[in-house]
Parts: sequence; C-alpha cells; structure tokens
Amino acid sequence: MDFLYSITIAPFLDIGSDLIFFAEVLIGGLSAGVMYSLVALGFVLIYKASGVFNFAQGVLALFAALTLVGIMEWGVPIPLAMALTMVVMIALAFAVERLMLRPLVNQEQIILFMATIGLAYFLEGLGDTLWGSNVKKLDVGIPDVPFEAGGMLLQTFELFAAATAGVLVAALAVFFHYTRIGRALRAVADDHQAALSVGIPLKTIWVIVWSTAGLVALVAGIMWGAKSGVQFSLSLIALKALPVLILGGFTSVPGAILGGLIIGVGEKVGEVYWGPPLGGAIENWFAYVVALVFLVFRPQGLFGEKIIERV
Amino acid sequence: MEHRRIIGETLLKIENVSLGFGGVQALSEVSFEIREKEILAIIGPNGAGKTSMLNVINGFYHPQQGAITFKGEVRRAMRPHQAAVQGIARTFQNVALFKGMSTLDNIMSGRNLKMRRNALWQAIHFGPARREELEHREAVERIIDFLEIQAIRRIPVGRLPYGLQKRVELGRALAMEPELLLLDEPMAGMNVEEKEDMSRFVIDVNEQFGTTMALIEHDMGVVMDLSDRVIVLDYGRKLADGTPDEVRANQDVIDAYLGVPHD
Amino acid sequence: MLYRDTGQFKTSYASDQAVFPILQDRIGVIAVLLFAFLVVPLIADDYWFQAVLIPFLVYALAALGLNILTGYAGQVSLGTGGFMAVGAYSAYKMMTAFPDLHIVFVFISAGLFAAAVGLVFGLPSLRIKGFYLAVATLAAQFFLIWLFNRVGWFYNYNPSGTIDAPTREFLGFLITGNQATPAARYLTALAMLVVFCLITKNLVRGRIGRSWMAIRDMDIAAEIIGIRPLSTKLTAFAISSFVCGIAGAELFLLHLGSVETLAFDINLSFLVLFMVIIGGLGSILGSILGAAFMVLMPILLTNLFVGVLGMQAVTAKHLEFMVLGALIILFLVVEPNGLARLWQILKEKLRLWPFPY
Repeated sequence: MDFLYSITIAPFLDIGSDLIFFAEVLIGGLSAGVMYSLVALGFVLIYKASGVFNFAQGVLALFAALTLVGIMEWGVPIPLAMALTMVVMIALAFAVERLMLRPLVNQEQIILFMATIGLAYFLEGLGDTLWGSNVKKLDVGIPDVPFEAGGMLLQTFELFAAATAGVLVAALAVFFHYTRIGRALRAVADDHQAALSVGIPLKTIWVIVWSTAGLVALVAGIMWGAKSGVQFSLSLIALKALPVLILGGFTSVPGAILGGLIIGVGEKVGEVYWGPPLGGAIENWFAYVVALVFLVFRPQGLFGEKIIERV
Repeated sequence: MEHRRIIGETLLKIENVSLGFGGVQALSEVSFEIREKEILAIIGPNGAGKTSMLNVINGFYHPQQGAITFKGEVRRAMRPHQAAVQGIARTFQNVALFKGMSTLDNIMSGRNLKMRRNALWQAIHFGPARREELEHREAVERIIDFLEIQAIRRIPVGRLPYGLQKRVELGRALAMEPELLLLDEPMAGMNVEEKEDMSRFVIDVNEQFGTTMALIEHDMGVVMDLSDRVIVLDYGRKLADGTPDEVRANQDVIDAYLGVPHD
Repeated sequence: MLYRDTGQFKTSYASDQAVFPILQDRIGVIAVLLFAFLVVPLIADDYWFQAVLIPFLVYALAALGLNILTGYAGQVSLGTGGFMAVGAYSAYKMMTAFPDLHIVFVFISAGLFAAAVGLVFGLPSLRIKGFYLAVATLAAQFFLIWLFNRVGWFYNYNPSGTIDAPTREFLGFLITGNQATPAARYLTALAMLVVFCLITKNLVRGRIGRSWMAIRDMDIAAEIIGIRPLSTKLTAFAISSFVCGIAGAELFLLHLGSVETLAFDINLSFLVLFMVIIGGLGSILGSILGAAFMVLMPILLTNLFVGVLGMQAVTAKHLEFMVLGALIILFLVVEPNGLARLWQILKEKLRLWPFPY
C-alpha cells in the first residue's frame, strides 16, 4: 500500500511542493534532451537520405570527440583543431561510402543496419587504438558558470548547448528544403534506383550526407564531451537516441528535436520523482518503455510518415 | 466458349460498396454478383478500382459504405483471415510469393489452414505431425502435377522467371481449395504461349474443381474467350455488367476505353 | 567424385523429406557426432573445455534461439541477453527454492519462464515491425537487467550480487556446481544442443516453420492465405525465448558457474546477433558455425596480436574490435547469407568435383 502511494500520489505532491525545484529539474531534462536530439539528428539525416539506419551514429560522435581531443593535445588551437577534425570526418564519409555503402547498394535495410553495427565496432576500436581509451577532458572554451534566472539556478553551458542545437537545426532545415542538394537527398531517401535514373549522383550524395552527419556528430560529441568527459559511454548515447527517434519519427528533423526533449525531460522527472521508490537508476530503461508504449499506439511516431502498405 | 458446368446460385454479392482513401474515391457505390462456378471478368482502364475491388472482397481494404454477402452471410467488411477460412483465395498483380522459400514450400504454405497439429507434435515430428505433413504433401503434389511445375519444386521462387512465379502463385491459391478464386491480372507480362497455358489452367480449374473465379484482365481476347460475364469499372463506378458480347457493344464502355472526356 | 548423389533416388515423400537426404551428409553428421561425444572428452584438456568448447556449445544454443526469431520469423531482436538472464535467474531460484527438483525440470522451467517473458515482450510485434521492434526488444533488455540488479529476491539477497551454481547431478554424474568436471559439463551442453537442433529442424520444416518464413517474407500475403500474424509471431517469440532461456541457464550452470547481470548485458545481445548474421540467418547450421567463429576468432586474434606480434593486451583488445567490425562488414558484402551459404556453395562445388561443371 505504501509502495503504491509512493508511485502514484507522492511524486505529484513532491512536484507541487517545490515548483522552483521542479522547474530546475525540467530545465535539466531539457538540456539533456537537447543532447539526445543532437545525436538523433544525425540518425535522421542519414536515414532520410539513404534509408540506412546508422547504428554507428553514437560512435561517430565519440570518434569525432576523441579525434578533436587528440588533435588539441598536439597543441593545435581550437578552431583549427575543429576544422581538422571535420576533415577527418569527411574522409571517413568517403571511406564509408566507398567500402560499405557502394558494395551493399541494393541490399535490404536489415543488412545495412547490421553493417552499421559492424562499423560501430570498427570505429570504436580505431578510436581507442589511435587515441587510447581512458577518459579525456574536452575543453573548447564554452562558458560554464551558474547564474540565476527567475529564482532558478541554471548553467550557461545549457543555454549554449540549446542555442547551438537550434542554429544547427535551422541550418539543416534550410539545407533540406531550399537547396538543390537537399532535394536530391530527399529523392535518394525515397528510392535509390529512381534517383539514379534521373541522374542524381548517388555516391556524391552519400558522401555529403555522411559528412553532414559527421558534422552533427562532432557537435554532439563536443557538447557531450565537454559536459561529462570523452569516454566510451558516449557511444551508448546512440542507443538512447533510438527511443527519441521512435517518438519523433525516423524521418523527421523536428521530430528528432521534440522527441529528444520529451525523452530528456521524461527521464529526469522520472528519475527524480519516481526513482527513489523504485530503487533508482530507472533512467536505464525508462526511455525505452516510454518509446514502447508510444509505438503501440502510434507506430510512426509524432511526425513520421504513416506507412501505407500496398498490394 | 462452351462451358459444360451448371452455373449455380449467388456466391458473392457486393452491394453499394464505396471505398475512399483521403481525397481519392477508389470505388463508388458498386454493386454486382458472382454466381457459383462462373468465371467473371473485371475490366476497365487503369486506376478504375479493379484491384481495390478485389482487396475489398478478401478483406484487405474495408469499405466505408455498403455490404458484402458471401455464402449467405452479410457483413460490412471482410477480414483477411475470415476470407481465407471461408474459402476465398487470390493471386496478386505483383506476385506475392514468399521469396525465401522453395516452390514446394510456398504451395505447402497454402495448406496452412488445413493443418492442425500444434507445436509440440511438430517438435517431435514422428507421429501425427508427420502423417499430416505427408498427407498434405500428396495434395500439393497433385497441384504440382496439374500445373506441370515438377522440375522447379526445390528452387527458391525468387530465382524463377516471372511466368513460372505466377504459376506457383496460382498453385498456392489452389492449395487452399478455395470456393472463390480472385486472380489479379494473371496474364500480365506473359507471351502468347504462356497466356495460352494460363488460360488453359484457368478453364481446367473451373471445370475440374468447380471453383468460382473472378479475374482482372486487360487482354480482351482472353476476356472474351474465358469469361461467362464481364463487369466494367471506370473511375470507381460500374459502367456495365453482362455477357462479353453485351459489354463489347455497350457505348459507355467504348467511350471509356477510347477516352471520351468525362464530366 | 566423393559427393555425387547420383543413384540416390527417393521413392516416397517421406524419404524425400528426411533431414539429411544425401547419404554422404548423413555419414558426415554421424561421424562428427561420434567424434564429439566419444573422442573429444578423452583428448581435450581443461583449457579447451573452459575457453572454447563449452562456451561454443552454449552460444550455439543461444544463436539457435535467436535465429528462430530473427532468421526464420524475421523479427529483429536485441533482447537476447535479457531473455538469457531470465533463464539463468529462474534456474537459480528454482534450484534454491526446490533443492530436490531434478535438473531436467530446472532447465525446462528456466525455458518456460523465459518463454513467458518473451511472449509479453513479443506482444507489441503485431503493431511494430523492423527496427521499431528492435527498439522494443531493447526495452526488454534494459528493463530485465535492471530488474535482476535491483530486486534482491532474484539473487537471494547475496551482498555481492552474484548467483552461484548449486551442485546437481544427472544419471550419477555431477554436471553443475564447482565439483562438476569440465568433461561432464561439455557432454551435457553437447547433448542439449543436439536435442534442440533436432527439435528446431522439425519445427522449421513443418507447418510452423513455413508460417514463420511466410510472415518474414511477406506478412500481408501470409495473412491472406490464412496465417495469423499475431499468433505466428508470438509462437516465434515464445519458442525462441524458451531456447535462449535454456542457453542462459547453461551459461550460468555449465559455463561460468557464477554470474551477475553484467554477463547478460547488451553486449551479449550483440554477440549472439553477430553469430547469427555471420553464420547465416535462417539456418541451423549457420547458428553453429557463427558461434564457432565468434568464439574462436577472438582467441585466434589474441594469440596473434599478443603471442606472435607481442602487443599489449589492451591494444590487442582494441584491434580485435576493429577486426571484428571490419569482418562483419566484409561478410555482409561478400555473402549476406553467411557461413552457412558458403558451406552450401562448397558442397555444390564438391558435387561436381573434379569436374568444373
């Protein structure tokens, strides 16, 4: 009876009793959510443009962050280091296209998905081999000082992260909808063969897409790395991005953002208010269960395209 | 064409069926009947709603309006499993075979409804499950003989040429021992010889097994030769309903095919 | 000339449907089984049992289970680790709560509990397909591991959080617990693998197997022939989880002897998935070959990197990741149907040998 009370009524009373704290938890959740969104964004890009579900997206973020730290450790100034890392990511995009995507061009989705799992393992091993696997500190000069607003305690870092994500999303939205390349990307996402037959250069498109995803991964990697250090667990974020994608729909950029925020907030609020009676650490599975419940009622997510099967 | 069977009572009745998707009206108040043992052809220009009609009959689409009466039972919409259990089978325009399985397995899958031994018996295999499997294998082999596809029994159907795939698909539908067989463009993409073979099969199935058939077909020669009655659809509406000769002479039908502008 | 099957005509459907219709195959399989049962226990040493043979047999069973669900029924699952954990922990609870329970019933009950859980997590599969289903199975994976971590009842409130295999015997031999000999545990795992291969083969070549493959290949068409998608998928989940549960109990009782939830985390799910992909989706032989590959390969690589090339263990581990990842991609490019298909191609070439065509 006690237990039931503690998971149904008590949490709401807790929330109500200290609204300022609740607001802080919300903000914390939102900022975590922004991080998730960044990773989910990379997924959506690649899926939209090549129909490939890139399991390696999280590892890409980790790899990008590792490379950045490694280059910075050579004494290279930050802006140049970022540019060089970007070059590495573009080179990686070329390699992935040439060695993985091209040979597998007409295989089913599941095969490509498994190939990206292989890619994830490969990149993780490569990153560790090149730069070592101990935790690294990443400092790119983002101000991280607490400040007060409306009675709540916030961090400038969170504001910065949110702003970055916002700029990135806006840029990508413009790119997709208003440029020729963006249109080509959407055509490729729909049907490889058809896109080829109207002369869209598949290979170039894929390199562009994976490079863009690499850029997003780099930003995500920097944000995550600056916050909690660059380490292996970064790649596990990829797994967290999956529930985000489910909520938002696999093909929707706004969906990825919204889904990330919802998951971020849900996790934080759930952990703080429902965690204690359940023994804690419910963050491990909370997002997935939410996604699961969502899937049952709305399989295509908030903004995804409804799949109409034709015979 | 002379048919020696006796055409029986109404097997399937479609009354005022309307079906729409979003802004597109696929079928508008279509009504017709199919009688036992007859061969009915559904023709019409592309996009007329022919495949949608078949999809409604076997429960894949649910119409917003109208009633379907099959073997005396009236319902608003069929469900696919119900349709199968009651004896409706079909083939598809784009060959919906199980590409990962062999010809034999594909046709055996058509016997699924008739096999009842549960997982435990099957795990042990020896005993009732094995007997059942062999019994149905014999039935399937009769169909394989009928369709003359013995040589490709073990070949995964994904590797077969299109014409043979269509024949295997027909075999799978026949394995269900259906009362009503729906064929969606069974002759599409075939050359003259293949069409003759398939026409022969259609007639044989109708005469030997007494199966009622509804087929969508574009080849007018086939339609005229094979069918007892013809229904013409255009823009989701029924234009004509009668014997092949009646329909051929119908002015509305001629206009539809020649493309006289509609209001 | 060896592999010709000329002259081997089948005169009844029964003989045509035999598991190994070609005589040479039958001889080969019997020879391998005799070798595995009679010769290996005599010549293998403890290291081989512990590091290679027993894990191979346990993982092969897990791969078999996953192959039923993903390879035959086409339902992607990343929750294998979780289902194996259910098997292990329910075996533990049954053994400690009912000390007189015969070991066979312990295994069966482990399987049944896992099957029940599999059924529950398989329910969403009617509405959800493909990757979305994979995510649902991830929910199962993370939730189950959390559950076995948090709820002390599962590990009998042991402060270290681990569960230890109690000693049990079968036909007079000790097969679980720290006094059981490696050979005894090996033979148990081997026997169980053979039994389950047989059962799976029977299921797969009958009505249920065909309905699974129909749902996998085109579930819309399957429905129209009268195959019910939900019950077919649920059957796949239940049977697959049953097998994986038993494999999990084996991992605990026959291989490691003492486990905590870490042994069943997401990495295990990936490991088994790789075995199934590399071995071949929809193939019993593939499950076995894939397991062999994934067990032997790290050992070979470690021996190569550390033993021959003299690297540090840590670096070797990283390189192994790279090689593993690269190999997966390579396999998918060269032969998406895995080792089993390569074996099939080899046999076809053998049929013609020494002629070119």
